[in-house]
Parts: sequence; C-alpha cells; structure tokens
Amino acid sequence: MRGSTLKRGGLWTLHYAALAIYMAVAMFPLYWLFKVSVTPNDLIYSGGVQFWPARTSWEHYATVIRTGDFLLYFRNSIIVSSVTAAVTTVLAAAAGYAFSRFTFRGKFWIVGLMLVTQMFPLVIVIAPIFRMFGPLGLTNSLTGLIIIYTAFNIPFATFLMQSFFDGIPKDLEEAAMIDGATRFKALLQIIAPLTLPGLAATLGFSFTAAWSEILFAMMLNSSSSSTTFPVGLLSFSTRATVDYGPMTASGVLALIPVCVFFLLIQRYLVQGLTAGAVKG
Amino acid sequence: MAADTNVQIPQPGGSRRLLATLEPYLYTFPGVFLIAATTLVPVVIGISYAFRDIMLLDPMSGGYVGLTHFRDLMHDGNFWNALGNTAIWTVSCVVLQFVFGLILALLLNRPFPGRGVIQAIVFLPWAVPTFLVGLNWGWLLNPVVGPLPHWAYALGLMSAPDNILSDPHRALWGPIIAGVWWGTPFFAITLLAALQSIPKEIHEAAEIDGAGTFERFRSITLPFLAPTIAITVLLRTIWVANSPELIVVMTRGGPADSSQIVASYIFTQAFQGLDFGYASAVATVLVLLLLIYSALLLALRHALLRAS
Repeated sequence: MRGSTLKRGGLWTLHYAALAIYMAVAMFPLYWLFKVSVTPNDLIYSGGVQFWPARTSWEHYATVIRTGDFLLYFRNSIIVSSVTAAVTTVLAAAAGYAFSRFTFRGKFWIVGLMLVTQMFPLVIVIAPIFRMFGPLGLTNSLTGLIIIYTAFNIPFATFLMQSFFDGIPKDLEEAAMIDGATRFKALLQIIAPLTLPGLAATLGFSFTAAWSEILFAMMLNSSSSSTTFPVGLLSFSTRATVDYGPMTASGVLALIPVCVFFLLIQRYLVQGLTAGAVKG
Repeated sequence: MAADTNVQIPQPGGSRRLLATLEPYLYTFPGVFLIAATTLVPVVIGISYAFRDIMLLDPMSGGYVGLTHFRDLMHDGNFWNALGNTAIWTVSCVVLQFVFGLILALLLNRPFPGRGVIQAIVFLPWAVPTFLVGLNWGWLLNPVVGPLPHWAYALGLMSAPDNILSDPHRALWGPIIAGVWWGTPFFAITLLAALQSIPKEIHEAAEIDGAGTFERFRSITLPFLAPTIAITVLLRTIWVANSPELIVVMTRGGPADSSQIVASYIFTQAFQGLDFGYASAVATVLVLLLLIYSALLLALRHALLRAS
C-alpha cells in the first residue's frame, strides 16, 4: 500500500515536471517577445541574451501608437476580423443547422464541396481572385478581404456548428412547432440560446483566422489605407534598418485580441470537438 | 430526418409546404454561393491560366501557350528543390506535432489540481496568429535579439552563433521549429477530445483485471484513438503541405529559394514575380499531386476495410 502511494507520488511529480516543460516551451517565445518590447533602445543590442533588461520602458509602445500607420492597420484588422467573424458565424450557423436537422437532395454534394475546399491549396486561387476582384473594385478594399475570409472560414465553421446542433435534442423545436411556431422562429428563440457556446467558439475561431491571414492581404491590398496589421508589421520587418523595439511592441499588441478571445473559448472548443467525436 | 418530424406537426398549406421543402436550401445557399464564387470558379480559372501567358504588369500577355509552362517546370531546379522540401517540411511538422501533441493530450486527460490553468497555457501557442509565430521565431533565431543561436553555440550545436535562417542548408528548419511549436496544441486538443470520449468504465474494468498503465494504453487507448489519429494526421498532412505562411514570413523561401516549398514557391511567383501563368501551372501540379495522395489514401482505406 505504502509502496504504491510512493510510486503514485513519484508519477505525479513526473507528470507535473513534464507539464512544466510544456508550459515553459509554450510561454518562452511570448515572454521573450514581451521582454524585447520593454527593453529600452540602448540596451536592445548590448543586452542580447539577458533574461530581463537592467531597465525597462514603454517607449516602444508610445512610438507605435504615435506613428499613425499602426493605429490605422490595427483598425483595419479589427474591422475585417469582426465583420468576418459575425458574417461567418451567422452563415455557418444556418448551414450547420440545415446539415444537422434536414435530409435534402444535394446535401451530399454540398457537404462534399465544403470538405474538398477544406483540403484545397488556397495559393492556387490567389492569382485568379486578384484578377476577378480588380474590376469589381474589391482589391485595395477591406470588403474584398472580408468576402474572401468569410468564404474560407465557412466550411470549418459549419461543421463546428453542426456538431453543436447535433448535441441539442430535436424534441425541443418540435414541441415549439406543435405549438404553432415556425421552424425558423423555434430556431431563433429556443435553439440559438442553447448553442451560445458553439456560437462563441465559431466567432472566436473565425476572428482569429481572419486576424492572422497574410497571403491574400499581401496580394490584394497594396495601398496603405487598406493594409491590415500583419502585412504592415511584415513590411516593417523587411526594411533596411530593422527597429526591433517598436516591432516587438506591435507584436505584443497583435496578440491581445486573439488571446482574449482564445482564453474565453478554449473550454468550449474541446467541448465542441468532443460533441463531434462522440457523434462520430 | 425531416420525414419523421412531419408526422407530429400540423401540416401547413401549399405555400408553407413549399417553404418547408426549400428551407434547407435557404439555410445553406449563402455559404455555398460564397464558396462557389471564391473557390470553385477561381480554381477553374486558375487551371486555365496554367496554359496561358499571364504577366500582371504586361498588358500584351494573355495568349494561350499550351504546355510551355509545364515544359519549363520540368527544367526548373527551384521547383524540384521545392518539391523535396515539401516532403521534408510536411513529414517533420506533422510527425513532431503529432508526437508532442499525443504526449500532451495524455498528460491532460485525467483531472488534477490546476488542470484548467495549465491547459490554457499549453494551448496558447495555437492562438498566436501565424504571421506573428513566424516573425517571433525569426527574432528568437536572430543572434542580434534572440537567445537561441547563443544557446546552440554554448551547447556546441553550432560552430558560431549564426542565424540558421540565412544558411541555405538549414533555413527550412526555422519554419519547421516554429510550425511544431504552433501546431502541437492542435493535435493535443483533437486527441484530448477523443480521449475524453473513451468510457471510463473500460479503463476501470481493465485496472481491476490487473492491467498496467502501459498495457491499458496499448490495448484500450490506442485502438480507441486510432480512427481520430488516422483522420487527423491525413487531413493535417494536406493542410501543412498547403500552408506557406511561416516560410513566407520567416525566409521568403530564401536564401536563394533554398527553403521554398511548392506552396510558397507558387505564392512568390505570383506575388514577387507577378507571373500568374507560371504560378498557376505550379499550382495545378500541386493539386494533381494532392489528388493522387488522396486517391491513394482512399484506396488504402478501402483495402483496410476489406481486410478487416
């Protein structure tokens, strides 16, 4: 008995030690990013590999915020990501609901289309989309990016929403429909509130994806008024004189919205995937 | 599904019945339309570009050139190098992400004090935007502001604290390291979800029968996880092979195209070379390769199902 308790204690120590390594590896790059961002200019090069600078300052953040471009890029990215997330979630919820509750002609093909686009190399459509969007006025425009990002996120978001709808008993809206409500009304008033975790996960997922996208943002938008944050940051990094302080500070700022979103939804995400897995 | 619900519901009249038939199409139409307009149509156009001479800045271009691009491709050393790199990049990323992700999922499977917080921290890399993952690892590998070259030098792994991203022989390892850091939580989340759907009673019964930890892992956990592992690894392979972001951000495929994978080669041909025709020809080849890969997988699955 005693032996097994000791052994169990040893195993738990190992368990926590392994997790500590994972946490260290996960956090270290972000820690370093933050460290460089608060290191004053005169210490950035001399202080190379020190774990914490002798002095810290927020000067780089001030530089970033005062240099107007970054605020503009940040605003552009917030607009593109929020609208993408909202539109994707509404469209994916509708399609996910249809997948979950109806059998209809063509369903196989629609599901197939969504699955196939998930596996397609998106680089193949970059050139054609550039040429299609030009005449429509959708290059150098935030609307163009929103359309692209929404379309690319819908397939995954739809399957995610479907798995949430599958977890809600059909009896609920059937009861409401017997009482005379239309299915659409039952969906809005009874089912939607129950899928709030699913809607949150889908919102967070598509927001993050749009916030991170870089290839189409680089290709389609070259004017600075429609540049998104990632592209702005990247063009900063390829200049002849690299200014590490303001760049790392911008990097930290780029992290804030997605991390907030992620921390809010990560619990639901495992839940949603479990629901999908159970359904098999 | 819809058929059995109709039994209990008061039958609506003609126009409402029509609406009920149309309902699933109304729900799916906007999404399907967007996908068709931005993926299906451009793919068809893109394949047609592969046989045309399309230079963005040259208004005289646009004529059909037949198989010229594909002939050029056969003699394009950078393309063949990118093809080999695609294999190295995809296999290294997927295998390492899977191994580290599986270990992490097993560590997080049983409840223990602090699990919620630890889970949030170890999953955090996945939330970091890809471009920032690339930029940040670029800084970490840069001897000017990053510690990694100095550590590798101190450990004797490198003869001088250099930036591996500017070394043609090792540049690809930068994006691979970044990709593993970023993608491990994805595997962990997926595998953890699958682990938690294994009924606890099975493990308990096996424990009572005297099965050890390793024995239970081998005979219960692995068989339960196998379908999830198979699907996740296969889909992830395609996804990683198709994702040039980290390479574009960290090395731009350089130095001198040495770290290009096919996907990043297509992007740089279109974005920097502005040669849409050639880029589309390379993209068409990539699609063909992926189709062959998928067909092989389906055949394999079919054979396995028959055998069992």
